Amino acid sequence: MTERAFPVPDAISGPFWEGIAEGVLRIQRCQACGRYIFYPRAVCPHCTAVDLCWVEARGTGRVHSYTVVHRAPPEYRDEVPYVVALVELDEGVRMMTRLVDVEPGGVRVEMPVEVAIQGDPRLPYFRPTG
Amino acid sequence: MSTVERVAAIAGVAESDLGDVAPKTSIQLQAEAARDALAEAGLTFSDVDALLSAGGETFAPSMAIGEYLGIRPRFTDSTNIGGASFVAHAGHAYQSIAAGLCEVALITYGSTQRSQASRSLGRGGGLRGPAQFEGVWGLPAPVGAYALAATRHMHTYGTRPEQLAEVAVATRKWASLNERAFMRQPITIEDVLNSRWISEPLHLLDCCLVTDGGGAVVIVARERARDLPKRPVWILGHGETHTHLGISSMPDLTTTPAVYSGAAAFGMAGLGPADIDVCEVYDSFTITVLLTLEALGFCGRGESGDFVSGQRTAPGGEFPLNTNGGGLSYCHPGMYGIFTLIEATRQLRGESGERQVDGARVALANGTGGVLSSAATVVLGRD
Repeated sequence: MTERAFPVPDAISGPFWEGIAEGVLRIQRCQACGRYIFYPRAVCPHCTAVDLCWVEARGTGRVHSYTVVHRAPPEYRDEVPYVVALVELDEGVRMMTRLVDVEPGGVRVEMPVEVAIQGDPRLPYFRPTG
Repeated sequence: MSTVERVAAIAGVAESDLGDVAPKTSIQLQAEAARDALAEAGLTFSDVDALLSAGGETFAPSMAIGEYLGIRPRFTDSTNIGGASFVAHAGHAYQSIAAGLCEVALITYGSTQRSQASRSLGRGGGLRGPAQFEGVWGLPAPVGAYALAATRHMHTYGTRPEQLAEVAVATRKWASLNERAFMRQPITIEDVLNSRWISEPLHLLDCCLVTDGGGAVVIVARERARDLPKRPVWILGHGETHTHLGISSMPDLTTTPAVYSGAAAFGMAGLGPADIDVCEVYDSFTITVLLTLEALGFCGRGESGDFVSGQRTAPGGEFPLNTNGGGLSYCHPGMYGIFTLIEATRQLRGESGERQVDGARVALANGTGGVLSSAATVVLGRD
């Protein structure tokens, strides 16, 4: 059995994962052009600036797209079916996640969702808002 | 027909053994295909002065094939942009010939992913770099990413599962006319919709095959093309680009980078979608075909579902597409792009037998790599 995947934080991504450990979803913002950035980078892909800061995201967004996984990688086979989604945060950045607290058949594109940090490894899952 | 200057032509093409080739190796497949493609062009290994390759087991595949065949190239290219690589290589060969760097370019590919059972849906363990944000969710690679694009296309444009299935059914009809195709038994739209889910909204029969296979393409300078054994197939235009690596970073899930590579290739050729007689596009999944047809301008945004309906891309239909049976039914060793060049060339030579498109003079080949990440397009024509 393949070992389940886990993130290896680095010099740039460290604050993101420290935030997750604390129960907070943080993303980067460029102090030069003001745009939000995800995934974390060493330079701003919009304006080439290097002065990026970390901000706490509102933690809410919408399902941009999703798939119900039936044929999973070996280490996730006992969990099917499950929903992997791309969520667009209110700040405008898109991140991959899994949706929880919802049946696969109940998921819709553009459905409002909120972050739900949980699991081992601890990760930013999302669930329907409210 | 395009009036652009003739610079370089495809002079030889060949597949290796396809399907399950055990105990052959990927380098053997490349060598055998290279020999056959060069024979078509009336050439031998000693004539080759440019090598282009991607994939296989080594970090520098053009070095591997050079060593194996005893070729010391003047131009070398191991660019890997996924399954689009070989179509991109055709453009690189054209430009290196145009620059006077070489005269005979050999593109090769080989894979034994089926007999080696090396295809996997994911990888566990510690994830570094950008992968740490995508690799932890259990998205099966690459099918899950294509499923995300399909869901978004369905939401935005109302595309239906049976429209995706039209592609699989039509492609299988072409495969039934190709004795080298892996899957030749006809299927119906219901068969596709009733096949098991892989990653919704994609069923098993929305997905490409997992086979072994390889191929080779020989591209020569105009001077060399004058006295070929086969009719030359001219490269009239080419383009390439990529927009992302991971699906989370795709700018628009329904717009593939073929929108750029196609525009570049058409622009260079001085031609447009209406000029194409036969079309070979990478069909990793049925959704890949719909998105690519829109990106290349064969139909409008969101119109691809209607465009392929009524078996319009099948044998006898108005729009001959993936006439070898494609990655869906003919062969798919992991990086399919080279086979789009091989089939387009055979169609323009009039060699495709039962599946020949009558009077085909201009063809388009399009490769897609990664998770709709890269695209490379060539427009080809005969005299």
